Amino acid sequence: MNPRLSRRRFIKAVIASSAAAAANAGITSAVAQDRPKGAVERLISLNINGRNRRVDVLPQETLAYTLRYKLGLTGTKIGCNRGECGACTVMIDGVTNYSCSTLTHSVRSRKVLTIEGLQSSDGTLHPVQQAFIDELSPQCGFCTPGQVMSAVALLEENPTPTREEVRQALSGNLCRCGAYDHYLNGVMRASGQSS
Amino acid sequence: MSDYKHIGKDFVPPDITGKVTGKAKYAEDFRVDGMVYARMYTSPMAHGRVTNIDTSAAEAMEGVVGILTAEDVPTPDAPSAAILTNTPAYIGDPILAVAAEDEKTAEDALASIRIDIEPLPFVTDPLDSLVSGGPDAREEGNVYVRSREGSGFRTVKWTKEQVDEFRAGRDPGGEYTNEWSYGDLEKGFADAKVVIEEAFVTIGYAHMSMEPRTAMAYWQNGTCYMHASCQSQTFFMPGLAAMLGVETKDVMLISENTGGGFGSKIGAYPIVGLPAYLSKKIGRPVQLRVTREQEYYMGSARVGFQGWIRMGFAADGRATAADVFIVEDIGPNATGGDASSAGGAISLVYDPEAMRFRGLPILTNTTPRGAQRGPGQNQIAAVMAPLMDKAAKQLGIDRLEIRRVNAVQNDTTVYADQEPVTSAYMDKALQQGAEMFDWETRKNQAKRNGSKVRGLGIGQGYHSAGTNGFDGLVRITPDGKIHLHSGVGNLGTYSFASTSRVAAEVLKCEWDDCVIHHGSTEANLPWNSYQAGSVSTFTQTRTNYVAAMDAVDKMKRIAAETLGGTPEDYDIDGQRVFRIGTPAQGMSYGAVAARAIQLGGAYSGQTWPDDIHEITQRSVQNLAGSGLIGVAKDNLERNGVIPGLACAFVEIELDLETGKYDILDYVGIADCGTVLHPQGLAQQMKGGAVWGMGMAGLERHVYDPKNGLPASVGFHECRIPTYMDVPSVTRSGAVDLPDPQNPVGARGIGEPAMGCSVAALTSAISDALDGHIFGRTPISADMIVNHVAGLDQSYMPLQTNNS
Repeated sequence: MNPRLSRRRFIKAVIASSAAAAANAGITSAVAQDRPKGAVERLISLNINGRNRRVDVLPQETLAYTLRYKLGLTGTKIGCNRGECGACTVMIDGVTNYSCSTLTHSVRSRKVLTIEGLQSSDGTLHPVQQAFIDELSPQCGFCTPGQVMSAVALLEENPTPTREEVRQALSGNLCRCGAYDHYLNGVMRASGQSS
Repeated sequence: MSDYKHIGKDFVPPDITGKVTGKAKYAEDFRVDGMVYARMYTSPMAHGRVTNIDTSAAEAMEGVVGILTAEDVPTPDAPSAAILTNTPAYIGDPILAVAAEDEKTAEDALASIRIDIEPLPFVTDPLDSLVSGGPDAREEGNVYVRSREGSGFRTVKWTKEQVDEFRAGRDPGGEYTNEWSYGDLEKGFADAKVVIEEAFVTIGYAHMSMEPRTAMAYWQNGTCYMHASCQSQTFFMPGLAAMLGVETKDVMLISENTGGGFGSKIGAYPIVGLPAYLSKKIGRPVQLRVTREQEYYMGSARVGFQGWIRMGFAADGRATAADVFIVEDIGPNATGGDASSAGGAISLVYDPEAMRFRGLPILTNTTPRGAQRGPGQNQIAAVMAPLMDKAAKQLGIDRLEIRRVNAVQNDTTVYADQEPVTSAYMDKALQQGAEMFDWETRKNQAKRNGSKVRGLGIGQGYHSAGTNGFDGLVRITPDGKIHLHSGVGNLGTYSFASTSRVAAEVLKCEWDDCVIHHGSTEANLPWNSYQAGSVSTFTQTRTNYVAAMDAVDKMKRIAAETLGGTPEDYDIDGQRVFRIGTPAQGMSYGAVAARAIQLGGAYSGQTWPDDIHEITQRSVQNLAGSGLIGVAKDNLERNGVIPGLACAFVEIELDLETGKYDILDYVGIADCGTVLHPQGLAQQMKGGAVWGMGMAGLERHVYDPKNGLPASVGFHECRIPTYMDVPSVTRSGAVDLPDPQNPVGARGIGEPAMGCSVAALTSAISDALDGHIFGRTPISADMIVNHVAGLDQSYMPLQTNNS
């Protein structure tokens, strides 16, 4: 529930016949409270997809925000901005994370891999990406980057997972189109197993 | 049909690589110079009247660029939704917007704005409004009737006794506003050996597309450039232009990828106009980033039903009569029509010999409603499946048999006017599904194992699946490339591409030599149908067909003019037009295109048919002289209802101790005519299955009846199925018999793919519980546990939206 729309606040608004509420939670939740100025260095270096990027980061900025709006890496999607849907999944030091719920300052000394970092420099797709094409895994495609990242992380850890293991590993990635069966087929294909 | 080159074959859609690499751009991924950010002040009250707005503090803030209020935008008559309003009718109704240099400043500005709102009565459950003395959702009335004879507000109240009668599962006998019927209902019930009577509730829930409906707009030389999240492409434009008060030619819509829509983004929805108005006011590009929570408030939701049905069956299972009464929750903006569609679905899927539909659309102060995947058809599919099972049980016939006896077929007549269907093979679908699922063996297997009970379900889904009268546009350029222009939109079904392949089929060309143009007004697109209602496949295969046929005709005429003879002397193949009998005498497609440019006129788009839409005309004008233009309006024959049909078989294992169930197996069979794109069809059937599983057991919205506050504003509060809620493998198949009114035999399927699933689940749950019918979706674990324990449920009969 949006704190701005709590019942107490609502009742207060009704009593005063006035309100200063707005249904706007989410997008700037991580920058809602300013820290004292100077508490955190703002111009920092980030290792994104093997490259060092210098970027001006606000103290409470999320990684999803930095990637999308400061670095132009819009392949990472924001579906809910509160750790529910998985569309913003990236890998940090080889582990999947919801970038909407990760503070950018917390990844300064770590390696971040996004969907843009999977394709080889010669254009060859990652086996997961290719398998997702072969199996027609995405529908609308909005959750796809997150699904790809979860699948890549799984296969790095477990190159020949069972279908059930894939299902478990990807269960933090929602797909409203319901393309789950095709995503599972894709991961099994990418692992060299028949789907 | 095996001699098709492209139809029925898989291919790599041009947009899929962008989806797996992250390069596919959605509305929120665009940035332009000078862009500012809009945030909305939305109503904290379920119904009220704004009496004062004080923005002085916000205006004085550094970084605030502009403020938009209801005075700045058109004010449509109630109950239609406005972009911004001073009479909010639900919590989350947008009242005002602020544009600022960054989103944080916009948020801070919102917090400094004081808005006084006088509270008005509100209601969340339609029956609370319907009962005598109950509150009305709108000051003008509690009912809004849309009809050809004239639309308008009404105030309809029932006595408490009538509402109680309704809750008790009997014909309420109360006033209604919509009615249609056919056949002799009395005789139908007199002929029945078994009569089933049930009350039912289907609770609404948000569409929950993964992409929130962000939009960004700016103006250049009087043209509005709009990056929006929309299902449809060219169909979206006239409505958008009208909303912005400009001509269609002055709208440039860019929507190459859309992160799902499911009915919530079909036409120009109000909030898409907000950044355009704000941009016009402040002279800078404006992006409105819509949050997930706002999606739940204003992103629209499925219409809820509270209903009663009585159905009669003869000894052989044939449906003799159906009498249905539906109170329809049309939200604050009177958007719905689901109830009558549900009645239509009963008439088609179960084909009762006589039928009466009565409906009453009631306004509530809950989230606005919109078409959602199978609007009406899928709610009633969930209701009907266990009812059919009950009738079969009482008649002592097989549950599959009662569905086969009533199955819609080629000579079935449907709806109030008893119209014909173009073709229908539900019986074949049921047979195919039963075989694939091994119904005969499974129905005799042991059901109980400790606390676990197996349940089997059969479901049927339907939606009308096609329309006609839109335009097709293809182009061949001197380099030999075939350009397929698709204006249908791209919400994730790949049908913009699969329907374009019909043009490639007609032109007998290689797919690698085809280029699809879509996703932007600048791509010069034809007037195509809405990407919704399962219509794209039937409709745009026809438009591509007529455009390609026009191109073939022109190529033959050019060849005759250039090489001698008459057009009838020529044929096409191998991307050449050649003389029949002497194939060496001919021209390549590239050469014909170059000749078309020399000849001009209709050949290269300097002139065009009179009957094409202005959007197609402009596209042809823009393309004129660039190659050979094939353009035509779909004037092919179309007579009757085009049914998209599907059936599903499911097995669940239900734990009586926890009320939870696992779906062990799922088989869905499509009857959608010729299969156009096998992988795409499988995606629709399996994705639809997931949707049905969500509707059956998980998805609903809940409101606090005391304050009208929505409690379901996040994925964890209105849960969509995850990987763990659906089977690891779902199976699908198709009847694959052609429809005679489509040049390649294809019909649509997107919505029936879900209806058959939710129906199979409600059927299977009932089967696991010895035929108990909850008459309610979703069926939660709590409900199952209460039933098994013989406890009262936590809701009143027919209670909705707040239980």
